Amino acid sequence: MTTELLLWLIPLLPLLAFGLISLFSFRSRGVSHGLALGSVGLSWLGSMVIFFRAIGGLTSISSSDFRASRFDWLPLGKGTFQIGMQLDQLSTVTLFFVAWTVLMIFIYSVGYHNYGSPIGEYDLPGLPPHGAVIKDKKGRSHRVPSVEPLYSRFFAFFALFAFAMYLLVLTDNLLVLYIAWEIMGLCSYLLIGFWYARPSARDAAVKAFITTRVGDMFMLIGLAALYSISGTLSYHEIFSAQALEKLVSSQAPVLGLSWAGLIGLLIFFGTIGKSAQFPLHVWLPDAMEGPTPVSAMIHAATMVSAGVYLALRTFPLISAGWAPGDALNPTMMVMATIGAFTALFAALIAVGQNDMKRVLAYSTISQLGFMIAALGIGAYVAAAFHLVTHAFFKALLFLGSGSVIHGMEHGVLHTNEQVDPQNMFKMGGLRKKMPLTFWTFLIGGFALSGFPLVTAGFWSKDEILSKVFETGHLLIFITLALSALITAFYTMRQITLTFLGKPRSKSAEHAQESRPVMTLPLVVLAFFAITAGWVGIPGNFPAIGGLLPNWFEHFLAGIQLEVEITNAYSLAPLFTSLVVALGGLTLGWLVYRRVSMGSPDPLQKPLGRVHTWLVNKFYVDELYNLVLVRPAYWLAETFSYQWIDKGLLDGILYAIGRFGLWLGQFFRTTIDRLINWIGDKVIADGVRGTGKQLSTAQSGRLQQYLILMVAISLLIGIFFIFTLFGSGNLGY
Amino acid sequence: MIPLSWYLIFSTALFCVGLFGVLARKNAIGILMGVELMLNAVNLNLLAFWSYLYAAQMNGLVFVAIVFITASAEVAVGLALIISVYRCRRIVVADEMTELRG
Amino acid sequence: MAVIQIVFILVAVVTIISAGMVVSVRSMVHAALWLVLALLGVAALFALLQVRFFPVVQVLVYIGAIATLIIVAVMLTRQVMQDVGSQLNSNWWLAAFVSVTLFIGMVWALSNWPGMMTTTRAVPPGGEDIVAFGKALTDPAGFVIPFEVASVLLLGALIGAIFLATERKEKQG
Repeated sequence: MTTELLLWLIPLLPLLAFGLISLFSFRSRGVSHGLALGSVGLSWLGSMVIFFRAIGGLTSISSSDFRASRFDWLPLGKGTFQIGMQLDQLSTVTLFFVAWTVLMIFIYSVGYHNYGSPIGEYDLPGLPPHGAVIKDKKGRSHRVPSVEPLYSRFFAFFALFAFAMYLLVLTDNLLVLYIAWEIMGLCSYLLIGFWYARPSARDAAVKAFITTRVGDMFMLIGLAALYSISGTLSYHEIFSAQALEKLVSSQAPVLGLSWAGLIGLLIFFGTIGKSAQFPLHVWLPDAMEGPTPVSAMIHAATMVSAGVYLALRTFPLISAGWAPGDALNPTMMVMATIGAFTALFAALIAVGQNDMKRVLAYSTISQLGFMIAALGIGAYVAAAFHLVTHAFFKALLFLGSGSVIHGMEHGVLHTNEQVDPQNMFKMGGLRKKMPLTFWTFLIGGFALSGFPLVTAGFWSKDEILSKVFETGHLLIFITLALSALITAFYTMRQITLTFLGKPRSKSAEHAQESRPVMTLPLVVLAFFAITAGWVGIPGNFPAIGGLLPNWFEHFLAGIQLEVEITNAYSLAPLFTSLVVALGGLTLGWLVYRRVSMGSPDPLQKPLGRVHTWLVNKFYVDELYNLVLVRPAYWLAETFSYQWIDKGLLDGILYAIGRFGLWLGQFFRTTIDRLINWIGDKVIADGVRGTGKQLSTAQSGRLQQYLILMVAISLLIGIFFIFTLFGSGNLGY
Repeated sequence: MIPLSWYLIFSTALFCVGLFGVLARKNAIGILMGVELMLNAVNLNLLAFWSYLYAAQMNGLVFVAIVFITASAEVAVGLALIISVYRCRRIVVADEMTELRG
Repeated sequence: MAVIQIVFILVAVVTIISAGMVVSVRSMVHAALWLVLALLGVAALFALLQVRFFPVVQVLVYIGAIATLIIVAVMLTRQVMQDVGSQLNSNWWLAAFVSVTLFIGMVWALSNWPGMMTTTRAVPPGGEDIVAFGKALTDPAGFVIPFEVASVLLLGALIGAIFLATERKEKQG
């Protein structure tokens, strides 16, 4: 099987599964998840095959893209628009983590949606399942979790999403990337609103779609500008040296940027939307309304990573004209600023959240900010590295939280307690009840915090910090370091509140470990969370550097501009990251280890007003509501509908109607009556009267007629004789 | 010897007398007698002209013949009418025959 | 003054006076008789015009048929009319005026005609050619059509008169 054929099959198999499930097998749960898992499994297999081929076949650094397969798609005025699939270094590493995470999350979903459990009596499609009652052998009735009513629909949408992600990673032009981007946005909408009978889920889905749409709009403008200037959207043509040269040198009409800078900025706005960076971050926390596998896949591992992937892909465009060591060009400056700010901003908000998944959502936003900040200062390899490792441990963390929530729900069903299974302040002591979940979650949490040496997160985060430090952007360095400290703090807060200490509610006491089909993916992902970092150990790391080659950097060096820094490894960023990670973890454990049932957050008193701000997410949502949403509503509802449509336009119609009526009345009373009067009195009565008077001339007496006749004709004759012929002359 | 004018003036006078009779007589039959006088005046006129000027053509004579015929027909029918009216209404005065009034 | 002129004047005067009597006497029978005299006078004038046919026709048709008929009609309607009072209706003055005006006007109009004073006659001294007259009446290129139409007219008058004068037995009862 050639690589080109595999490149085409990998996205198309999940698409086929989507089609088959939605058309044929949606009644059977087993067949649906079998089709979905089978297709994704085969795609995983194909991805692994290509991955190993790519690694094996690529020892030289100079080849840029290899293995591409294109065909003519759209006939245009001159020539045709070609689309196709391509495999290069960036897509190879992305494909690796996408294939693994997608497969693991698919397997996990089978268990999450309680396949094999009985159908709940009160379960309705569109609402999350809330348990079924079964009788055990002794005749006592228990409540157990019930299977999701819309099981097949979930797998259909998930398969569609997998298709879109694979397509995005493997395609070779920006247009198909945009198409896959939008399909992912659609799946995100469908899956966030999966439990569509809940109003909060519906609103969250709409919010996600519209917010990312704002970013996508700018991205489309950027793509259009790029196409109109360079005439193509394929990578190998845009990112060639002379195309970049042309774009850099031509001046855009906006803000004094070059065209390359402007287009890069516009495409970066798409990333801001999709990867939930600062102004457009509001959709991601609300997206936690969807089921946990959705949160894991779409909003942690893959879809939001797609934004960073795009930024990585168009990095030659963004950094056109910049060489390492120069001052940053405006687009990169914007990227770095937004990334760093978002990292800190989101980390702060995460400290104040009580819902498990919300903490992880803000954590995702923060980590993506790290990646974008790294890219903004030109550290391409570091950003890509962090992308890969983050996907693994964030997926692990989300799946772990899903397992915890499942355990808590089991407890809720058992005790009939009315408690939110996602609230960390109602958990506690789950370490004993759910050991496997606890250890894998701990690994994931340490990776997120950057626990030294053994976790992947340490290596990638350290690389980012050191690159930022070495290029001299101190403000960004301090911001990122502070964010890392707070990240470690809230991670430990989350672990302590959830797993350590004593249970703070009855449901937590009755929680249960999840099924193997759910815990196996956790183990696999934990393995990657530990080991994925070891492929990117920098060569000049003290003591360990050099034991393993820095394979990652070598691999990616082919398509980026960064040159491996060979100067001595500065110890300051390493020291900072150690302090930040270990210090944050310790601080978190210390503050939260004694929270008991019913007591408030220990940070509330010391931070006071600031804590309220953190809990309310800095009121950004409220601001948007006031400034954007309400005016839009007013414009639609009041202005357009009531004033213009009903008032003005309908008013015109009513006025025309009333005018018509008035005109009719007018015609009737004045003109018609006048005419009738003329007809009646003047003409009819007049004629009758005249006739009556004239009829007296008809006496019926013959001789009167005769005499009148003769007399008058005599007169006429005399008249004629005297006028026509002149008096006396009869013209003989 | 006799100029044409004598005949013409005479026939005119006879015509006017007859006209007076038609217009002024009360009795219906009197009116009819006036009509006869007028017709005779016309015949005389025609024959005078024919005799003095147009004797070569026959149409003068034919005209006179037709007038004779018409006069007879008219008298017959007129008298029949008058008698018929007399039978119904017992009147013979023209002024009293006012069924065509209005 | 030739003899013929004197004869003419005599006959003319008689005729005019008779005509005047016709229109003015009270008794209808008298008027009818005066009419007969007027018609005779006209016949005489026809003869003076040297037309041989028409005086005969005049006497036969007019006096013999029409005047007789008028006398019969007068007889038939005599009961009502008591022959008293004026025989002229209320508009007689207008009628007189009209007649006189007409006479004066026509005489004046004729007097302007130069041909008025001719004394020569075109008619041959023996009178008209009767044969030619008869031929003209029956010649298709001549006057047969008016002649036939006149016959039809007489037929119509005949039928009409009978119809009108028939007593309606069923109505009068």
